[in-house]
Amino acid sequence: MSLDIKKTYKLFIAGAFPRSESGRSYEIKDKKGNFIANPAQASRKDLRDAVLAAKNAHSSWASATAYNRGQILYRIAEIMEGRSEQFVAEIMAMESVTSKQAQVQVRQAIDTWVWYAGWSDKISTIAGSTNPVAGPFFNFTVAEPLGVVGIVADEKSSLLGVVLGLAPVLAAGNCAVLLASQKRPLSAITLAECLATSDVPAGVVNILTGLSDELTPHLASHMEIDGLDLSGVDSKSAAALRISSVDNLKRVHSFSAEKSPGRILSYMEYKTLWHPIGV
Amino acid sequence: MSALNLIDGSETSLRRFLQTLAGVDQIGAQERAAMLATRSIKTTSKKWAIDMAISMIDLTTLEGADTAGKIRSLCSKALRPDPQDPSVPHVGAVCVYNDMVGIARKHLDSIGGQSIPVAAVATAFPSGRASRKVKLQDTKDAISLGATEIDMVIDRGAFLSGHLGEVFDEIRAIKEICSDKAHLKVILETGELVTLDNVRKASYLAMLAGADFIKTSTGKVTPAATAPVVLVMLEAVRDFYELSQVRIGVKPAGGIRTTKDAIKQLVLVKEIAGAEWLNPELFRIGASALLNDLLMQRMKLTTGRYSSANYVTVD
Repeated sequence: MSLDIKKTYKLFIAGAFPRSESGRSYEIKDKKGNFIANPAQASRKDLRDAVLAAKNAHSSWASATAYNRGQILYRIAEIMEGRSEQFVAEIMAMESVTSKQAQVQVRQAIDTWVWYAGWSDKISTIAGSTNPVAGPFFNFTVAEPLGVVGIVADEKSSLLGVVLGLAPVLAAGNCAVLLASQKRPLSAITLAECLATSDVPAGVVNILTGLSDELTPHLASHMEIDGLDLSGVDSKSAAALRISSVDNLKRVHSFSAEKSPGRILSYMEYKTLWHPIGV
Repeated sequence: MSALNLIDGSETSLRRFLQTLAGVDQIGAQERAAMLATRSIKTTSKKWAIDMAISMIDLTTLEGADTAGKIRSLCSKALRPDPQDPSVPHVGAVCVYNDMVGIARKHLDSIGGQSIPVAAVATAFPSGRASRKVKLQDTKDAISLGATEIDMVIDRGAFLSGHLGEVFDEIRAIKEICSDKAHLKVILETGELVTLDNVRKASYLAMLAGADFIKTSTGKVTPAATAPVVLVMLEAVRDFYELSQVRIGVKPAGGIRTTKDAIKQLVLVKEIAGAEWLNPELFRIGASALLNDLLMQRMKLTTGRYSSANYVTVD
């Protein structure tokens, strides 16, 4: 007889897996009310630490070559592939779906990383331009990453929602603080374990689990966060979050659950450069 | 100086006095410091602590790459840490290298910061490896340029090899130059003193020799101002007050970067030395990055939202 070792689901902050500084955890159950796990219940201090970690990681991630970022995103897909069974089991437990449906979702999640990995070194070529100007100057417009993006992941498909949120943000060269679904957070934490072993620098992705109502207002008002993805927030709560995100002019978006290069550009800003000709 | 009647100034009497000091219970010191660090300071107490910590900062820049412009912007920040909020107090002092003292003093005077002292690091900071003659001249220079606080380093080599008299005489000599023109802070560089027993001995040695302040570190060596070290030094000034009725200040420096760190220091001061030391005349924090974190935490308390480094100055 072997010992049944239960997994402790923890937070992912600055490349480490701490428990919440508050020491709290909460219970998640499946549709029938059976116990699944006790994930950590992050506090606003954990959120602050996560934002700080993302901020500190940003300059080196943004200045890595787009090609290198693409390689790392592809590497995430490779690592996820090897752990797909665990993802399938967790999705089945949380979403009460069949093994087949869960497998399709994992497949789609992995494909999403590969898809955005390809976009990473192409997006600036496609979005940038050389502009005609009346004078002896070259004039370029280039897309650059925004900074730190807060993501409230769409929870309908618990793993795919997280990946659809993270991949475009990372492909653009941004760092992310992701709030996992309150009811279905396990895939996000298992994904964090993949991120930690796939050359994603510490702090580039930070994942919190906890109560949405407690954390999202601080995510929206934090002055260090430059963009918000509210795909996992209902429209009524989103209105209040949009208001508190105005102070530092955050870019707030909410996306449908599909891949698009537009999602990458949503968290990029354009810089225009003038360069004299013939100097 | 009533402290001096504890010894007659000779190395023998100094050695005899230092031998009477009890050894430090290292585990006990660590545990007490760790226990005090768990205290939670919130809301109005936190606001008070943040303002107190700001007024205790020796705003420091000790880089080889310091320029006159950087010193001037540091001085402006010292006087008005948050340009958008005049209710933020000014810092305790500005701490710079010897040759920057004149620039700092002149700029502070020109912007209305006459009440902010300029501290200079002297005596071949940070190593302290120079001849006595050079160290004395270094100190004289700083004072003539307008420094009213001198941060000197002790000769750790001499201390560790047991030449206590040499260390003592050197502090006395610098103190003579400072006389009533400048406060003398003596840097023990606790990161190089190895044991807490040595920290206690060096603290007493500095106080007996006439230090107005004892300071943990140069900031160039790690570990710097760890909690047990500060605790031992605070105990030393408290006990020294019992002996001599003279209150000596304490200045932790190096490694104190966050508001949480600073508040932990204040808790130590209150609990170990007593409330009299919660005062910029007797407690200073040597720091540069700390001020920005204090300002950001202060903004959080005022506005309710976490602030960003984009809203405080870089230097």
